[in-house]
Amino acid sequence: MPVHVRIPTPLRRFTGGAEEVGAAGSTVGAVVNDLERQFTGIKERLCDEEGRVRRFVNIYLNGDDIRFLSNLETAVKEGDELSIVPAIAGG
Amino acid sequence: MNAGHSAAAVAGAPHLEQPGRATSILDLVGRTPLLDVTVMAPGLSPRVRLYAKLEGFNPGGSVKDRAALWMVRDGLASGQLHPGRTIIDSTSGNTGIALAMIGAAYGYPVTLVMPDNVSRERMRIVDAFGAQLIFSSGLEGSDGAIVRCRQVIAEAPERYFKPDQYNNPMNPQAHYESTGPEIWEATGGRVTHLVASIGTGGTVMGTGRYLKERHPAIEVIAAEPDDALHGLEGLKHMASSIVPGIYHQDELDRVVGVPTDAAYELVYQLGARLGLVVGQSSGAALWAAARVARDLDAGVVVMIFPDFGGRYLSTNLWAGWREWLQRNRRV
Repeated sequence: MPVHVRIPTPLRRFTGGAEEVGAAGSTVGAVVNDLERQFTGIKERLCDEEGRVRRFVNIYLNGDDIRFLSNLETAVKEGDELSIVPAIAGG
Repeated sequence: MNAGHSAAAVAGAPHLEQPGRATSILDLVGRTPLLDVTVMAPGLSPRVRLYAKLEGFNPGGSVKDRAALWMVRDGLASGQLHPGRTIIDSTSGNTGIALAMIGAAYGYPVTLVMPDNVSRERMRIVDAFGAQLIFSSGLEGSDGAIVRCRQVIAEAPERYFKPDQYNNPMNPQAHYESTGPEIWEATGGRVTHLVASIGTGGTVMGTGRYLKERHPAIEVIAAEPDDALHGLEGLKHMASSIVPGIYHQDELDRVVGVPTDAAYELVYQLGARLGLVVGQSSGAALWAAARVARDLDAGVVVMIFPDFGGRYLSTNLWAGWREWLQRNRRV
């Protein structure tokens, strides 16, 4: 599996509790679609109706916020680490 | 000053006064004002009023000053907090700021465990009070901070006093003795509904308990995020969280799930229409209060606005602001 995706606690109910999963794709958007293929329902949590990343979700590629890269068009390669982090700390 | 004293006296509680001249910053906790925000919920019965209790007026800038003050004072009274000990707790922000302020005022060191994705403003504020910060993983949210805090204490339990806002009965007690009586007084006993968002549950539990004692027909409603993954900083989605020991859902009349985007939109509206910039949790409280109010023929709905918005300006809350403004200018 080319890209390692780190899953935050609130989304682990989709991944059977897994903290990290593998997903394929050449862009962040493609990886998100592959996550949806594996874990139905997860994309709706990450993206709004227009397919944009929700405001309160941050996605980091190797530590960099994709909002400051090319958002869902950002290119990814094998071995990259994608972290999905809730934008807020909660409770 | 007036009737509020008698309300507090009935409960046998020490009341808070807002003196014109204070000797300690801690004397300025509480006695926050109610603001009429009925205009924010169009289409209500003319006999319904909506009031927001502006907790941002507390010296630490949030409702958490109350719980933190009561917990620390109780620690001092019971001897659990004594010279040589450090105040420690896990917090996503406002409780940490309150504890840092109170620790500074009493002369005790403070260590705070926070998820590493809390807003930069929060880190800077507690730093300004001289508190020490330990970071837990942002992936784990506030529950991760709770677990990390337990580990730090386990290494040297004799060194720490942990107020433990999630399980300390002084947290709801603070609201039973201050927030509740203040609302009763400010509405002249006419309050019919209380709406408060849930972070630990302390506010809604303690305030609700007091108000129901004064008048059992008063309805107590909690607002929580509508999903586990949400953007309502400070709030807990109970079904997917470690449930705080002080939270008893059976004492609530209703729990309203609030969508993040709807709460953000109300925060934008409050700023642009009333000149009141608040945090996400206030938007959530207003959304839930408007929901409750639209089914009423008459009533006085009081909601808690936990803080002002200054400490969220760098967060994703404002990521959609320009777009919202342009859309609404066109209309």
